[in-house]
Amino acid sequence: MPYTAGDTHAFEAAGQQFLYLVPSGGIVDLNPVASAVLNRVKSNPASREDLLAALPFEAPDIHEAIDELASFRAILDNGEKVEDPPQDVPDKFPLQTMVLNLTNQCNLSCGYCYEFGEDKVATPDGKPKFMSWDTAKMSVDHLFTESAGRRAIHMTFFGGETLMNFPLLKQVVEYANEKAKAEGRYIDYSLTTNATLLTPAIIEFLAENHIGVTVSMDGPKEMNDQLRVFANGKGSYDIIAPKVRSLLDKHKTRPIAARVTLTAQVTDVLKIFKHLKHDMGFHEVGFAPVTTSPNRLYAIENNSMDRVLDQFKTLAYEYRDAAVRGEHHGFSNVSDTLMELHQGINKSHPCGAGLGLVGVGPSGDIAPCHRFVDSDTHALGHISTGIDKAKQQDFLQRGHINAKYDCHSCWARPLCAGGCHHEAFVRYGDTGHPNLHYCDWIRGWTGLCLEIYGEIATRNPQFLNTFDRRKTV
Amino acid sequence: MKHVRALNRKAQRIEEYAAAMEGDVFALQSRGGGGQGNPQRRPHYPVGCSIVFSPGWEVDSAGGTAGLCQPAERDLYDCYITCFWPAQVPDHLNNYPDWTAKCASATKDWRNIDLVFP
Repeated sequence: MPYTAGDTHAFEAAGQQFLYLVPSGGIVDLNPVASAVLNRVKSNPASREDLLAALPFEAPDIHEAIDELASFRAILDNGEKVEDPPQDVPDKFPLQTMVLNLTNQCNLSCGYCYEFGEDKVATPDGKPKFMSWDTAKMSVDHLFTESAGRRAIHMTFFGGETLMNFPLLKQVVEYANEKAKAEGRYIDYSLTTNATLLTPAIIEFLAENHIGVTVSMDGPKEMNDQLRVFANGKGSYDIIAPKVRSLLDKHKTRPIAARVTLTAQVTDVLKIFKHLKHDMGFHEVGFAPVTTSPNRLYAIENNSMDRVLDQFKTLAYEYRDAAVRGEHHGFSNVSDTLMELHQGINKSHPCGAGLGLVGVGPSGDIAPCHRFVDSDTHALGHISTGIDKAKQQDFLQRGHINAKYDCHSCWARPLCAGGCHHEAFVRYGDTGHPNLHYCDWIRGWTGLCLEIYGEIATRNPQFLNTFDRRKTV
Repeated sequence: MKHVRALNRKAQRIEEYAAAMEGDVFALQSRGGGGQGNPQRRPHYPVGCSIVFSPGWEVDSAGGTAGLCQPAERDLYDCYITCFWPAQVPDHLNNYPDWTAKCASATKDWRNIDLVFP
């Protein structure tokens, strides 16, 4: 019976052959015998006897290599099918994370904002601009009830500009801490802010309560001020820089990260990273291309995206070299992907939106995530009545990898699963549409991270123990 | 594995799964190695009292019971202490460590081994 090649992605690193197994998400390395067997089978189906006759190795070694490759489904016995069984969306899935949009108001007018910009999905007319204590309290109660069975849960504060409703944030933290203590559970917090409203008192509160902080900031002044501006068009850099420095100086209980939005105007990844990591002192810096329709002025064109990937590559290799030396680098796009690769994650959905994570808007509407908050079309229910199961099922079924035909022949699907629901809606008008505009980019990035994983696994495998525990949102 | 090495957690889990699927379940046996296509398949070694040759319980060298190597009464409690298998004798590890304390010599004292009432 001839063997045929299974669904795998071969790559090379540190002079060694590796294999990424699809769809399981396993990563293995191959010695020359296994490599030769696989290559022979890939070029043409071959039986055990063919392989024994064709390959210049000892028979027992060839036998073993065939068995080992077959046990990982890297090669398949004739007629054997690898089942990629459709997993139903679970009826009951405990919540892990709630994103609380404390307000939909913001004191900046960033040109690319998905909440207020031309591609916005939010329909905030007639809804409260600030979340009330009643809504916040109901939300906390909902998180605790719906996460039954989990010991540790997470709450993220978001906006608008989160700190425009700091009094409510403080009240929520105090209430939820008490509730967690009473139930013998653990809750932690994070928030995203534009840093304009940070004060010494707020910083002290964040540090005291171990609240993780992500600062939205696009690099040095000339880049940050391109689109991160106040309503009068004035750049925000000069206001936030001293506040961010003070935050980094005083808040040491959690790593502080910067989150950069790349646009047509801002693509100098290396310069941005250097500034935020080394001049400012952020622990980690993460980048994401702006979510937008392709015709917007700030949309990144394809050739610029190639340039971005080139720079990502340079930074990623810096990360690799640091990791081989056992040092922290801080390019969080790499560490996030390496963590998923190390775990061997194989996703049914691109993220936990609508499943383990929900967003709650100022009005109390429940959305799949913070990006859909305040949108009538995407609401999954209201915090006073809970999640509408039918709407949730519909959202999850459309976003499921099995519903994305184009993804089925792609080797990067275990990690990508079609990409961001919100990005898909903005581009294609359907949250369940695969994000075909960045497929090449995703494969390029995943391939690069695999190569780095292989290099680290060969030269400093202990470093990978950092990724043994899954990082929560 | 020798030719394909599992690197990440998922691959390690697949390897464990594949190993668990290999071969059969062998109770009370020390497992030999070797999978399909392995030319050096080793035997499985059974363990447990059923294969332990403990001579002289039933008959002596003359075919009678007068000169048994071990007294026939020893049979009453041989599973106690000498074997890990949960036979129908009190357990010596936790609950009845002194069950045979009054039985210094099997032939004379076997009546001191009493019933237990858990």
